[in-house]
Amino acid sequence: MNTKLLGALAAAALLSACASEDNSAATTGAGAGSGASSNMAGSVRPGSQEDLVANVGDRVFFALDRSTVAADQRPVLDRQAAWLAQYPQVQVTLEGHADERGTREYNLALGQRRANSARDVLVAQGVSGSRLSTISYGKDRPAALGSNEEAWAQNRRAVTVVR
Amino acid sequence: MTIPLFSRRVALLGGAGLLAAPAIVRAQGAPAAPAGAAGQVIDINRARTDPIPIALPDFAGSSPAAQQLGQNITRVISNNLKNSGLFRPVDRAAFIQSPEAAAATPRFQDWRVVGAQALVTGRAEPQGDRSRIEFRLWEVNSEQQLQGTAYTANAANWRQIAHVISDVIYERMLGEKGYFDTRIVYVAESGPRDRRNRRLAIMDQDGENNRFLTDGNFQALSPRFHPNARQIAFMSYANNNPRVFLFNLDSGRQEVLGNFQGMTLSPRFSPDGRNVVLSSTRGGDANIFVVDLASRRERQLTSGGGLDVSPCYSPDGTQIVFNSDRGGDQQLYIMDANGGGARRISFGNGRYATPVWSPRGDLIAFTRMGGGRFAIGVMRPDGSGERILSEGWSMESPSFAPNGRVLTFYRESQARDSRGGGYSSRLSMIDIAGFNERQVITPTDASEPNWSPLLSS
Repeated sequence: MNTKLLGALAAAALLSACASEDNSAATTGAGAGSGASSNMAGSVRPGSQEDLVANVGDRVFFALDRSTVAADQRPVLDRQAAWLAQYPQVQVTLEGHADERGTREYNLALGQRRANSARDVLVAQGVSGSRLSTISYGKDRPAALGSNEEAWAQNRRAVTVVR
Repeated sequence: MTIPLFSRRVALLGGAGLLAAPAIVRAQGAPAAPAGAAGQVIDINRARTDPIPIALPDFAGSSPAAQQLGQNITRVISNNLKNSGLFRPVDRAAFIQSPEAAAATPRFQDWRVVGAQALVTGRAEPQGDRSRIEFRLWEVNSEQQLQGTAYTANAANWRQIAHVISDVIYERMLGEKGYFDTRIVYVAESGPRDRRNRRLAIMDQDGENNRFLTDGNFQALSPRFHPNARQIAFMSYANNNPRVFLFNLDSGRQEVLGNFQGMTLSPRFSPDGRNVVLSSTRGGDANIFVVDLASRRERQLTSGGGLDVSPCYSPDGTQIVFNSDRGGDQQLYIMDANGGGARRISFGNGRYATPVWSPRGDLIAFTRMGGGRFAIGVMRPDGSGERILSEGWSMESPSFAPNGRVLTFYRESQARDSRGGGYSSRLSMIDIAGFNERQVITPTDASEPNWSPLLSS
């Protein structure tokens, strides 16, 4: 299970890298005083989605049919809270998702509960609830398109998206 | 879109070839000599091993245009009856008597020889922008006319006339109402799976007259017919705010239902059409609410831990079956329509979801998930008598035909690779005995079919 989860995270990072290439419009030179991380700080605009993806991590994963944030996923939300504290003008939407092994309506509710769980952690870390909104897509917007355990682990997720 | 109504429906009485003085008959149509007059009420649960052989010579016509219309109508009727699995249209190559002669006076010996138990004859006559269609249903052995009716309607509605005639044949031969003059509303899906475009679409029960209701600027899910078939409740992602909307099929107007904070989903109308029951995620969990359509007042029916979704009324409106994970995993529960007395009814292996109550009241259809497989099944409302009708990689969201004899649902196939190759989502129909499953052809991938009530009966 642990190895599968790691595989999922690695794949997610690859996907994000592609996404940031597609959207790499903004560069702000050496500014980037984000301090969150330094490896890509020169190529992305601080406080942007690309910054979040590259330097913080935009998503947390859930176990089958679960919507509580597991201990090994908390550090991602802790980093997001710190990042949001650094960019107080940024507002985000938490998008909740489910894997394909459930019915559409139930998965919509489950995705909403996952988005709420992630939001609650951020609020507990001091992020104002007024900066956070939630939406669920259930099983209808998978990140990984395979029909296997590895894909499902990637799809049971809450993704933080800069508005 | 208005539902076309017949301007006139005339009973044809008397024996072969003799048209009695046409009497204008109101909604009931032709008078009822009981189907049993010919000694034939078929047990629908057994009939599939022995479908009724029925001869359907093309309806006659006095001009090429009339003959074409007659042929079109006959083919639609034949297709309906064959797809039901309860009739076997006799191969027309074997016919002895010509359609024109049969329409005048059936020579029953000729139809006995080809093995027909029932015979349908008729005439089609275009009359300007209208058409007059008459048909007769005969019991071959007894040489009796079971039904004779003439319809006059807008020429554009010839398909609907064919469906109405199919329903009359079904009812006269089987002793209960048909389901052919109906529509199905569903979610039309296109594009790659991670960026799927989902629009509402509507079609006749046989897949014809398909058209899209929404333009794809927002995702639309879970369409459900009002009992008058003129309105649809559905879930819309308009403005990135997923909520239950109403869609008026006559005007095309859409409006949000209720004033809920958070997402609303899984709507169903009450059988009297006065309420919509739905699920709301207000407050963290998902709970079931009912919205009175006249006052728009909302009332909460469930509360507490767990996700309560997919509510559906019993046909008498006194109870609601729904899906909840309050006990740990998804199971089916029934409660009173005012929210009290919830009790679990599903106890088999696996998780249960998407319950729908049969219009006959005797069964609840559901999705069951377990052992890496999905299945569509039925059980009695007390949870007994569970039967699995179809099983596969993924299928869900059953909806009953108005006579409770057939279900439509959707099936998804497993992706073969990490890019989702090989994935598809298609509509199916199956009868409640678990026989005669077949795919419904749609222009695009499809999901969440919902069957209308009978349109004109």
